[in-house]
Amino acid sequence: MKTLYEIDITAKRASKVMGFSWGIAEEIGKNIRLLEMLGLPGIKNLNQYFKLYKDKQFQNISLITKTNTSKIPYCPIIAGVNFLDQVTIMEELDEIDFENVAFPILLIPFLSRASEIIGKKIFLKIDEKEFLLNFNQSIYSNYSNKEIWEKGETINIKFLDNKNSFNEKEWQELYKLSEDRFVEETEELMQKTAGAGLIDND
Amino acid sequence: MKINLRDPNIVMKLSKLGSFHQSKLSFLRSFLREFKDWKYSRDLFNLDENGYGTAVYSFKKNKRTYSLVCFANKITAEERSDRVIATKWDASFALYDGTPTKKDLERLSDNVPKQEAGRLSYKELSLARANKSVRIFDHVVKGLSDGKQPDKELLSKVGYLYRTTAVYGSGKFGLADRFRIKNREEICGPFRLEMMLVYLARQFTFDQVNHIAKCKNPKKAVELDNDICGNLGIGNSTGLGLAPFIVNHPTLLNNWILARETALKKIREIKFVKKIEADVFKNCLNKSIKNVTSWNTDSEFQQKKIKELISDLNKFITLLEKEFSFEREYPFNDLYLWSEENLGDESIEYIVSMMMEPFDEIANLLVNQMSSEEEKYFSIPTSRNISDLREILEKQYSDLIKIDFSKKENNQYFWFISKNKREPRLADRYLNNCSDLEEPLAIAKDINKLYERSLIQNNNLTIGKFLIGNNDLRHVVRRTFITEKFPYAEIQDNTIGSKLMPIDMLRLKLSFFGANKFDPRSDKWLRINMFQGAPLPNDLKSFDDHWIYNSLS
Repeated sequence: MKTLYEIDITAKRASKVMGFSWGIAEEIGKNIRLLEMLGLPGIKNLNQYFKLYKDKQFQNISLITKTNTSKIPYCPIIAGVNFLDQVTIMEELDEIDFENVAFPILLIPFLSRASEIIGKKIFLKIDEKEFLLNFNQSIYSNYSNKEIWEKGETINIKFLDNKNSFNEKEWQELYKLSEDRFVEETEELMQKTAGAGLIDND
Repeated sequence: MKINLRDPNIVMKLSKLGSFHQSKLSFLRSFLREFKDWKYSRDLFNLDENGYGTAVYSFKKNKRTYSLVCFANKITAEERSDRVIATKWDASFALYDGTPTKKDLERLSDNVPKQEAGRLSYKELSLARANKSVRIFDHVVKGLSDGKQPDKELLSKVGYLYRTTAVYGSGKFGLADRFRIKNREEICGPFRLEMMLVYLARQFTFDQVNHIAKCKNPKKAVELDNDICGNLGIGNSTGLGLAPFIVNHPTLLNNWILARETALKKIREIKFVKKIEADVFKNCLNKSIKNVTSWNTDSEFQQKKIKELISDLNKFITLLEKEFSFEREYPFNDLYLWSEENLGDESIEYIVSMMMEPFDEIANLLVNQMSSEEEKYFSIPTSRNISDLREILEKQYSDLIKIDFSKKENNQYFWFISKNKREPRLADRYLNNCSDLEEPLAIAKDINKLYERSLIQNNNLTIGKFLIGNNDLRHVVRRTFITEKFPYAEIQDNTIGSKLMPIDMLRLKLSFFGANKFDPRSDKWLRINMFQGAPLPNDLKSFDDHWIYNSLS
């Protein structure tokens, strides 16, 4: 089994050979490491992407807008780098659409890291497959294919508001139960056991 | 009194970093403090009469076991080389996570002796190889088999029976990635497992020499005296492999230096020093002189430094004995300021290390802060703007941005990775034609370029937008923001200039390992000694933390 260190450094060096700058190569190394750690086919997709990279032109995108379409497939690396760099501004758009992205698996780690930067979960839909990116801690998905995914036709990215998965009633039920760990305070206990003094500001 | 941390622009100069010495913060010393309560045992010792075979040593505590698996191999004199180009070694080692099974030992015996050409698994934590110092090894075997202890003077000239030529860890060649073990309390200090490997390998060298002597002459042979063993360390022959590490791990480098600088600051801020503390300082200093006077090297560069060190230390000791009293306020601050005024870097840094000796409570807390979660600082804060970036560059890189890279001598060298050995090399840019494969270790040059570009940008431009057209400098944009938070993260020198002494970079790292007796063999590699004077594993429970000054006693 290859170690994550080997995956990171090899992906970084290979990316430099393909003509990416050192800074972007570093990003790719970290991303492929993340994909492989989470069980997604990073090496496989990166390899295939590099095989096509020189012959087939990919569309580079600089400024990402609400809707991004191109007849030539977008490069997932450049789109990903710019997504990461612009995420604090893009967050206000709530939702972003791309059409036609090459090797969309390679875009996922950029979005996962962006989720950590803005402190919001990101919901990603690539064609019929869904991914929930949780602050770069984990990825939930209905995608289990380990194969190469050459093109994503439609990609939808949503920044999810930070909200609970439960309602107030459910919370109160649990909270009430937890209150049984507290001691009912008598006047005497209040006088003798409070550490902050008898008046708030003494 | 509040003392400021020393200025990174002074501390992080290579000539300064190349003058660092071991200290209480050094990894091999903190390793011994951490593992002193662990149960040590020799679990397997299956060597033939010539000392070839397999041995296993372990440290155990509660449910955790670390085992050193040693393979001693027969090699010819022609095959023995300390250089990285070697393919066979007298001994090879792997540190195993747990207790290896018979099947594990078989797998390891197929792979560990091959080193880089073999394959390890997530169950192995560190990998190394070592060669005999043949002259010393044969002398010791002969003496012991004749019933005599070896010539101490000869031993002191070399200081070890074996020297390691590489020690690997963290994900290399299949070894466990750091994330698998990083939360274990006992290995919270950097390189702790590598230190364990080297320490147990040292014990193997003693056991092996005793075993061969005994097999040679079972009736007459004696065992190597424990005091002599204690005064032997394990050598290490180190090349450029260490140098890029300190450039590639900026937050880790910061945490090492910051710990040292914080210790110095806290010690200088002590108003009244107790007599016992002053005595420990003076005692360690006096005893340590033997380590300096027995420091042998053929390197003129190092000989000059040692000569100056001895002369400076004599001045310092005279001051301590004749003019200085610790019965004053802030005595260590006064001593430090006097050193800065009167001594060279080699001696100032030597005294800084010595000052830590009486203060366990300062050093031990800092040791736990010397690792780094580097991933946390990888993201670039792209919502910041050019004005912020420029301000950091002007503050944190004030000397580097002044270097004129249009001058040939400032571009003299380049770093590359050898295809054959996957090891870093340094070559003259004007004599070699492969500089297009240069590694990104010319930080000063790239920072310079970044600063020039920042000057022509609008102050309010966000870093995110700046990067759209300047991603070729993305790696140094990242470093700049790291340096803002970690002021000691960057070497404040040109790592490709004609005046570069690469061994300064090696020495910096090795001083934090706890090595001494730096012996440069050229400007690109050196030999050192580790664990010389250290307690033997069976004596760890009651060891003296100042053991490093007891060698040759």
